[in-house]
Amino acid sequence: MADATYPDDLRYHEQHDWARLEGEDTAVFGITWYAQDSLGEVVFYDGPEVGASVAKDASYAEVESVKAVSDVIAPLSGEVIEVNAALADAPERINEDPYGEGWLVRVRLSDPGEADSLLGAEDYRKLLDS
Amino acid sequence: MDLRRTPLYEQHAELGAKLVPFAGWEMPVSYEGIREEHSAVRRHAGMFDVSHMGEVEVEGPGALEFLQRVLSNDVAAVEVGGAQYSCLCNEEGGVLDDVFLYRLGGDRYLVVTNAANHGSDLAWMGRQGRGADVLVRDVANRYAMLAVQGPHARAVLGAALNLQLPARMHVSAVQVGRRPALACGTGYTGEDGVELLLDPEVAPPIWAELLDAGVVPCGLASRDTLRLEVCFPLHGNELTPERNPIEAGLGWCCKEATGFIGSEAVARARAEGTTEKLAPFLIEGQGIPRAGNPVLHDGEPVGEVTSGTFSPSLALGAGMAYVRAGLAEPGTELEIDVRGKRRAARVGSKPLYKKAS
Repeated sequence: MADATYPDDLRYHEQHDWARLEGEDTAVFGITWYAQDSLGEVVFYDGPEVGASVAKDASYAEVESVKAVSDVIAPLSGEVIEVNAALADAPERINEDPYGEGWLVRVRLSDPGEADSLLGAEDYRKLLDS
Repeated sequence: MDLRRTPLYEQHAELGAKLVPFAGWEMPVSYEGIREEHSAVRRHAGMFDVSHMGEVEVEGPGALEFLQRVLSNDVAAVEVGGAQYSCLCNEEGGVLDDVFLYRLGGDRYLVVTNAANHGSDLAWMGRQGRGADVLVRDVANRYAMLAVQGPHARAVLGAALNLQLPARMHVSAVQVGRRPALACGTGYTGEDGVELLLDPEVAPPIWAELLDAGVVPCGLASRDTLRLEVCFPLHGNELTPERNPIEAGLGWCCKEATGFIGSEAVARARAEGTTEKLAPFLIEGQGIPRAGNPVLHDGEPVGEVTSGTFSPSLALGAGMAYVRAGLAEPGTELEIDVRGKRRAARVGSKPLYKKAS
């Protein structure tokens, strides 16, 4: 993906992760355009299994590029109910489509209220510019 | 400290390269992507701005005798127009740097140093050259250096610049952009290719001409994955003043009979063996090793990774590690502790990536 994009319908964690809220208590997580661009071509994704619990601000997965490895930070807390199995064979989707086919996990949120502390797209962009 | 910029800085910026500090220089780490750059060199032709590397000219009636003392290889075996790889060792046989030597004339040689060591190499050589009938000159500012590498590198370069290129491990004086230049049949990628030492002023137009000819600009990141796949050591990682060439697997470029500085220690290491040896390895399955990762065998720590990466050609984690000497044999099973996860690995033979012939 050549140009930086930060969709307005997502909530952003300052560690460069996003959450897309679905209904009352589920959300999809992924990493932002900035995160994948800084990392470079992702060659390996090591994520949690269904049933694993994730805690806001804590690492729940690793993405690795040719030159570096990075922890993926959970923007919200909950239990993993679905994982993007396609990433095992095609981790490059994280670069190609970080908000679409490069999603990482779907989580049942334990405290949906946590989402209030996340940033909107405009504030996240400001954080990147600062 | 201000970072230095090569004569090709503007070209890198214009191409949108990611620039990073490296050995005091602001260098391109990649342009379009590491894997594309890597595969361009394996399949076609890529070019690297390596102008950060240093050059030292050694000239005079005592040049051969002096170089024979400071370099580990047999300098007397190098004919005019020849090239040779060598280590620069301290008295203890530790590797101060690894260098390429080019014989430009009867009493005239050029030593190409690693950027990070250029200053200390110069000081060391200056000190060793005291009293010798030789002039040791820093000529790093006189050259831009462009490595054009890959199976089609020679053909593209020869046609684009109308050059007669030297054979592998040779050097020839040529004209590039109507200025004197050196074409060297050497490289650091495991592919055929040429390294050009150019007048800094002609480097930008030559870069542009090669771009037009389809040569792919490549950064330091792919240079690292390329060299690692063919197990070329990197000073600062595999080679350090605390390691001798024997344990690093560079015994082939040490000719102790010449009496070079450190030769006694190297001869001893060769005769007695070393406690550790450098071993190339591949991860079996998932995981990407990184420098500093502990190496285990039967659950016991037996060494440390010096360089590790994802090998684009093999699509596996690959690296080099110093391990207990008995465990450096190809086929030996190891485990690499990658951030707390033990990854199965196996010692390979050099080079890890072998060209399909």
